[in-house]
Parts: sequence; structure tokens; C-alpha cells
Amino acid sequence: MLIRQTQAEFLKLWRVPAFSATSLLLPLVFYAFIGIGQASQRLQGTHVTFGAYFLASMAVYSVANVMIFSFGISVANERGMKTDVLMRATPLPPLVYLLSRCVTAIVFAALTLVVLFPFAYIAGGVRLDALEWFTLAYRVLLGSIPFIALGFAIGYLAGPNSAIAVINLIYLPTAFASGLFFPKQLLPQIIQNISPYLPLYRFGQLGWDAIGAPTSENVTTDWLYLAGYGVAFFAIAVWAYRREESRKFS
Amino acid sequence: MPPAAELIDATKKYGEVQALKSVTIRVELGEVVAMLGPNGAGKTTSISLLLGLRKPTSGKALLFGLEPTNLLARSRVGVMLQESGVPQMLKVREIVDLFRSYYPKPLPRDRAIAMAGLEEKTNALVKELSGGQRQRLYFALAVCGNPDVLFLDEPTVGMDVEGRRSFIERIAEFAHMGRTVVLTTHYLEEADQLAQRVIVVDRGVVIADAPPAEIKSRVAGKRMRFVAPALGEKDLEDLPVSAVTIKDHSVQLLTNQPEFVLRQLFQRNVEISDLEVSGADLEDAFIAMTSH
Repeated sequence: MLIRQTQAEFLKLWRVPAFSATSLLLPLVFYAFIGIGQASQRLQGTHVTFGAYFLASMAVYSVANVMIFSFGISVANERGMKTDVLMRATPLPPLVYLLSRCVTAIVFAALTLVVLFPFAYIAGGVRLDALEWFTLAYRVLLGSIPFIALGFAIGYLAGPNSAIAVINLIYLPTAFASGLFFPKQLLPQIIQNISPYLPLYRFGQLGWDAIGAPTSENVTTDWLYLAGYGVAFFAIAVWAYRREESRKFS
Repeated sequence: MPPAAELIDATKKYGEVQALKSVTIRVELGEVVAMLGPNGAGKTTSISLLLGLRKPTSGKALLFGLEPTNLLARSRVGVMLQESGVPQMLKVREIVDLFRSYYPKPLPRDRAIAMAGLEEKTNALVKELSGGQRQRLYFALAVCGNPDVLFLDEPTVGMDVEGRRSFIERIAEFAHMGRTVVLTTHYLEEADQLAQRVIVVDRGVVIADAPPAEIKSRVAGKRMRFVAPALGEKDLEDLPVSAVTIKDHSVQLLTNQPEFVLRQLFQRNVEISDLEVSGADLEDAFIAMTSH
């Protein structure tokens, strides 16, 4: 049941090019436009290349993107089409449903890395040691959990037609403000003051630290921040889910 | 053995609106029951309570004697709901296989697809299906788990006459396997063809629960139709008639004394043409019972 459901969830997302193509290919395009040109330059006072630094940025960007979008859009769509009502009348345990979605999102996130890492290796000439590759991969996958909760919350709060717009309006600006596209130092001062409080910034720090780039605090602080956001987003998601529940199914 | 589905003194309020008022319904295993009633009568609410999609405000809803949300009870039930969508980007065979995986002893995939008459669309994406084909897909999803009880909420809504006829045959075929079917419908002929029992619901209350023949016989009498350009509803007020409708000068009514009514109309010099008198059918019974 879980395997079938996961297969189905995967196919559902895979066959929507607006999701699958943008989440797999867009990070490559960004990497080609921004990362490759100065890939071999070293960050000030370190041995870390900009290519490696920007690889970490894009890994964080694309994995968080998959988490928010896959959950946000599928939940919102399902509510719009009333698929949720039909599913509720079947003997499918809700936990299996939830789990299949998480597995699908993680597989998709891993796929984006499978595409992005070799691209950075070949086109950006990024050379990391095995431990650094591994650390980057597991940190971005683990650190993306709060964004699953955020996707859920948006999926339950936004309408089926507005979900994509809402997500883009939140996600893209915060990705910029968190220094995922341009290093934080290049952003306006006011945004620099805000960015340490953004979840994506904390997530980014985990990625940058993984490839040896200097970060403002130690990694434990970043994990704690992310855990805090995770709890908050989860609480919002549960609240939104309950609200929906009491409207539609009571 | 507990009945397949049961509402016990169930009341449902949506805010101020009272959708069901102490309804008691009992459906035994193997029965084919039609719920009949105008829009907003409480048919869909009844089904939602029985499926655990809604909770009764008071009273009880049971499936096989269990809470309807119990997965064990649900694994014996197949459903077709009004306007509920399915994922657009899956193929017919994929989604049928998906739903089959929810049930302990499903039908073979090809059998379920054949029962719905969708053999030619096995490899089509859901979004490519026409309205009628989609309705048949929902039927395939409802039967693919080989359920003991099938709930169908307005299964033929939006279908043309031919589509409805063949769909009713498919439901009958499933019922002949000894299964229980509970369907709601607007169409009286469907209830007449399929059901052993008709439950008429109006304004949240069960107003009749009997075999179709018995319901028909409750309206002893005849249906009269005629065209009378100069006749208004007021002119009929003192006559023994019921369920009067006048539309574009054509008059329809029910009466136990057609001869008397005619005599009266002639005495009043009402011009009548195209007169038809026939035995009342289920439709008339229904109109007579639910006209206020």
C-alpha cells in the first residue's frame, strides 16, 4: 500500500513539468548563470572556491524548493479538487498517505542533488573531498524538514489557485534575502539585518559550513534555529489542518 | 449480524441549517436501497454520515455495527461521491491499481475496469477522460476493492439518457453479485429499476421507506394532463386535486376522481384540449409526497 501510494505520488508530481522541470533544471540554470563565471575564484581569505560556495547555496535552494512546492501544491490542489474527500472515504490510513508524500518529496529532493552535484563538478570544476560531498547532501536533506511543515501549512491555508503565487512570493524574496543568490554582504544593510532570522539563511549556513566556507555562527546554533522554525511551522500546519477538518469533516 | 449500514435517530446541523432531523435508516446486507429526494433533502448528508465524512450532531451512524471511520469497516465499502476529483496526472490503470492496494481482497484490475466499461481507456490519463468516462472511472474505483457495500451518491448525474441506462445496468450487475448497494438519485426511474426499497427524504425527514410498488400505490389515483389557456390555479382550488402544475397553459394534476373533475371543468365552460388520463407512476407519487 505504501509502495503503491508512493509510486502514485511520485508520478503525480513527475508528470507536472511545471514542478518537475523547474525543480530539477532551474537550479542548474542559476548555477550556469551565476556560479560558473567565477567558479574558480576563492572566497576572501579562504581556500573555498565560489563554485563550491554557490553549489551549497543552490543545493539548499533546490531542496527547500522541492519540499515547499511539492507539499504546498499537492495539498492545495487536492483540496481544490475534493480528492481529499474521496481519499477519506477509502480505507487508506492517513499516516500512510502522509508518509508516502514525505518519501516522494525526499526522493525528489535527492534527485535534484543527483543532477546538481555532477553539474557543479563538471561545469563548475568543484572539487570537494568525499566527506564534504556527503555532509552537504545529508545536511540539506535533514535540514529541509521544517520546509515540509511550511509547505503543508501553505497548502491548507492558500486556495488551490493561489498556492503557487503565495509560495513564490514568500520563497523567492527570502531566498534572495538569505544570500542564496548573492552573498549576504552584497545585500542592502536593512536586509542584512533581517537575514539572520530567516529560516533559509540558517539552512544556507549549514550548506556553506559543510563545504568549509566561513559562517557567522557555529553549526549548532543554525540547527537550533531550524528546529525552532520547524516546531513553529509544524504548529501552524497542525492548526491549519484542524481548521480545515472542522469546516469540512465535522 | 449487524446491518450493513445504519443511522439511528441521526440529526445533523450545519450552523443554523438543520439538514437531517432524527433520521433512522437500516440497510441489511444484500439489499439494494435508493434514497430519493429533491435537492437539499438530506441525501448527501445521510451518505456522508454513513461514510464517516461528517459527524452526526446527535444520534449515531454505524457501518457493520462499527464507527464509520473504522478502517476495518471502510475496507468493506466502495464509494462514488458527487464532484469528488481524482489525481489528473495518473493513468486509469495506475489509479485503479492504487485504489486496489487499499483493500484486503481487491478484484483483478482488468475486471474492475471492464465492469466500468473503460477497457479502451486503460492507458489514458485521467485528465483526458470525458465527463461520462470519468464517472465510469469513479465507478471502477468504487468496485475495485470488491466491497460488500457500494455507496453511490448521484452516480448518473450529468449523463445522457443512453449513458444512464448502461450505467444502471452496471450497477445492477454488481448488485446481482449479492452485494449491498445504497444509491441516492433524483431520477425515479433509476430507483424503480434498481431498488428493492425506496427511502424518500424531504427536508431532512424520511417521509417514506417502502418497496417501489408500495410507494406508487400510495398515490391511488390518476394523473391528468391537458391544455387549458384560460385556467389558473385558483380555478382548481375547490376541486379534489393535488400536485397541480401549470406551465405555458398545460396543466398537470393528480386526482382520485378524474370524471368528477372533468365534469366540473366542463360545467364552468373551461376550454380543454389534448386531454390525457393515466395511472400515477413513481414520479407522481414522489411529486405528491414532496409537494408542499
